[in-house]
Amino acid sequence: MSTVLTRGTVVIDVEACKGCDLCIDACPPRVLEMTVHEVNTRGYRYPRLLPGCTGCQACAWICPDFCFQVYKYDQPIALTVRDGS
Amino acid sequence: MPALLEGSEAIADAMVAAGCRFFSGYPMTPFTEVLEHMAAKLPGVGGTCMNAESELEAVGMAWGAAATGTPSATGSTGQGLSLMQESLAELTYAAVPLVVLNMARAQGDYWQATRGPGHGDARMPVLAPMDVPEATELTQIAFHLAARWRNPVLLFGDYYLAHTSTSVSVTPLGLPPVAADDWSLDGSTSGTGRARLVSPLGTTKRNDRGGYDLAEHYARCAARTEEMLAGIDPLVETGFTDDAEVVVVAFGTPAKYVRAAVSRLRAEGARVGYVRPITLLPFPTEVVAQAAAGARVVGVYENNQGQMVDDVRLAVAGATPVEFIGRLSLDGSGFGIAPDLDGGYVRERIEELLA
Amino acid sequence: MSGTSHHEATERASMTDYVATDAPPAAGAHLVDDFTPSLLDIGEHSLCPGCGEPIAMRAILEAIEAVGAVSRAIGVIGIGCYTAFSNNLDIEVLQALHGRAPSLATGVKRAKPDTLVLTVQGDGDMVNEGLQEVLHTAARGENVTCFMLDNGVFGETGGHMTATTALGQRTKNTLDGRDAAQHGFPIRLSTLIADLDGAAYVARGAVNNAGNVARTKKMIRRALETQEAGLGFSFVETPDAPDYLTSTLAPVHAPGVLKDVRA
Repeated sequence: MSTVLTRGTVVIDVEACKGCDLCIDACPPRVLEMTVHEVNTRGYRYPRLLPGCTGCQACAWICPDFCFQVYKYDQPIALTVRDGS
Repeated sequence: MPALLEGSEAIADAMVAAGCRFFSGYPMTPFTEVLEHMAAKLPGVGGTCMNAESELEAVGMAWGAAATGTPSATGSTGQGLSLMQESLAELTYAAVPLVVLNMARAQGDYWQATRGPGHGDARMPVLAPMDVPEATELTQIAFHLAARWRNPVLLFGDYYLAHTSTSVSVTPLGLPPVAADDWSLDGSTSGTGRARLVSPLGTTKRNDRGGYDLAEHYARCAARTEEMLAGIDPLVETGFTDDAEVVVVAFGTPAKYVRAAVSRLRAEGARVGYVRPITLLPFPTEVVAQAAAGARVVGVYENNQGQMVDDVRLAVAGATPVEFIGRLSLDGSGFGIAPDLDGGYVRERIEELLA
Repeated sequence: MSGTSHHEATERASMTDYVATDAPPAAGAHLVDDFTPSLLDIGEHSLCPGCGEPIAMRAILEAIEAVGAVSRAIGVIGIGCYTAFSNNLDIEVLQALHGRAPSLATGVKRAKPDTLVLTVQGDGDMVNEGLQEVLHTAARGENVTCFMLDNGVFGETGGHMTATTALGQRTKNTLDGRDAAQHGFPIRLSTLIADLDGAAYVARGAVNNAGNVARTKKMIRRALETQEAGLGFSFVETPDAPDYLTSTLAPVHAPGVLKDVRA
């Protein structure tokens, strides 16, 4: 087990997502990952968040469907990662 | 205080008196002088006159200015009006007031004016003055109607109107003010959650989902058009129609000649009368039908291949024979200076009906 | 090129590592970016997945706020996919016909010089139908800001060639790629506009990654500031497409600031 310093987090409007993948590459710490099997009610895959978000807003800026709400922690928190990846 | 003014200038003065503070146009004979006069007069009253790069942009600029609640106008001659047709139709769907001048060449733009504007079921009231003094009144009425119904309104003039100089004074008509403007744009409702929208695709912002519902919108446009047409009393002048066996219908400058010929023939004992539609839309259907009811024949005199004659036939509805007694008459310039517009010639055409 | 794609069969991390994203943190955090910019009423639209137009729209709306012009802003919107937004914006909107926004914007600004007037038009709208309008508006130095959302096609009608389509670019009616002999050459509109004396700020900015979005936001803000300063016509073109199309358009319509009278 290890911890990842996390400065921010996002709320994702999964139902608004159209699965375009732009956020995946836009995220500098690469903490967004598209689902593979799960889809929303419209049939699109959507992003999930891993520990390590910096609250940089890149995902919000790049998302064409306004799916992200971005928060910054007042104090960075340490999140545990089971697989050490 | 009357002054000797060419029609273009008198109309420009009438526009300024009616509150017009934006004008845009592209030079084209016989409209050009109106643009010149507005360019000279508007800056002095805090208005703007723009030389547009084509008639398309002329109506576009006027649309933009009108959308801010500024009384605005544009114009051209028939060919230039053709370029404006899409915008004029869409202006009716967007509910934007605008006065449009057609300083026409001859009278072949009747269909363009009354069957237009443009595409779809758009309709635009049309006012056709016979002479310069009447034009100064109808211009003011045009601005009033445009604001009242939030629609373009066409003033149908011609070469004679534009270039005839007469002694005229522009008398403000003192028309009643229209309802307060609750729709125009100036930026102030931006960011309030109730930002205004002026659009030919829909006139209300949707709060439930994005986009437009065009079916709903066009249905509302049709209802507004019906209300407008029902709400405008047609303007018309008649003479000697009570016992007329021959009735002649004419509009614009040629109607002056018809009126003069009819008066002379009457003085000589002929039972002839005339009807002069002043609003071409809404057309004075009832008055025409009434005048035709007691007549033997209705003659339609116009400087074209026969256009208003269709509306006369519709009004008469088969009750009386209708004959087209006009024709296209131009001089070499093509601007609508008609050799036929001669008292003798017009009288002859009417006499043929009396025979 | 891309990270996790639809073609990878496995997920990188264990399900239990994912952070919950269905609700805001209960405490100890503050909001830095809401779903939609405050000047957008409704974020829902049916533009294609990955379309750059909403990205550019967001940047424009945020710039209007940033320059403090919200209660004077009037948007003149053209006809294209982005037209759907004209009913969702919390700014006053004057909807124009295809290609005609610059002339309407001219009328608005001349009648109400204190407003902030901007147009939003696609490449088909502005460079095909409305080339005359935007060039003359720029030449006259009208104090308005025109935005071109350039995706190299007529998007709304199905993806056909426009005047900005690059040579070799495949579109619905250039399926073998645009060929100069048959279809002629693209028009570099920003270059034409920059040459006009009435143009005070001309720039192109991509929106295909977050870094470019940040750069383009600065260009958009600078364009609006140019208008506020009364310096003349301002213009920003945003090649609005995901990477593959941006890399096709960028060699022709190169991102950068072409003209800035305040620089």
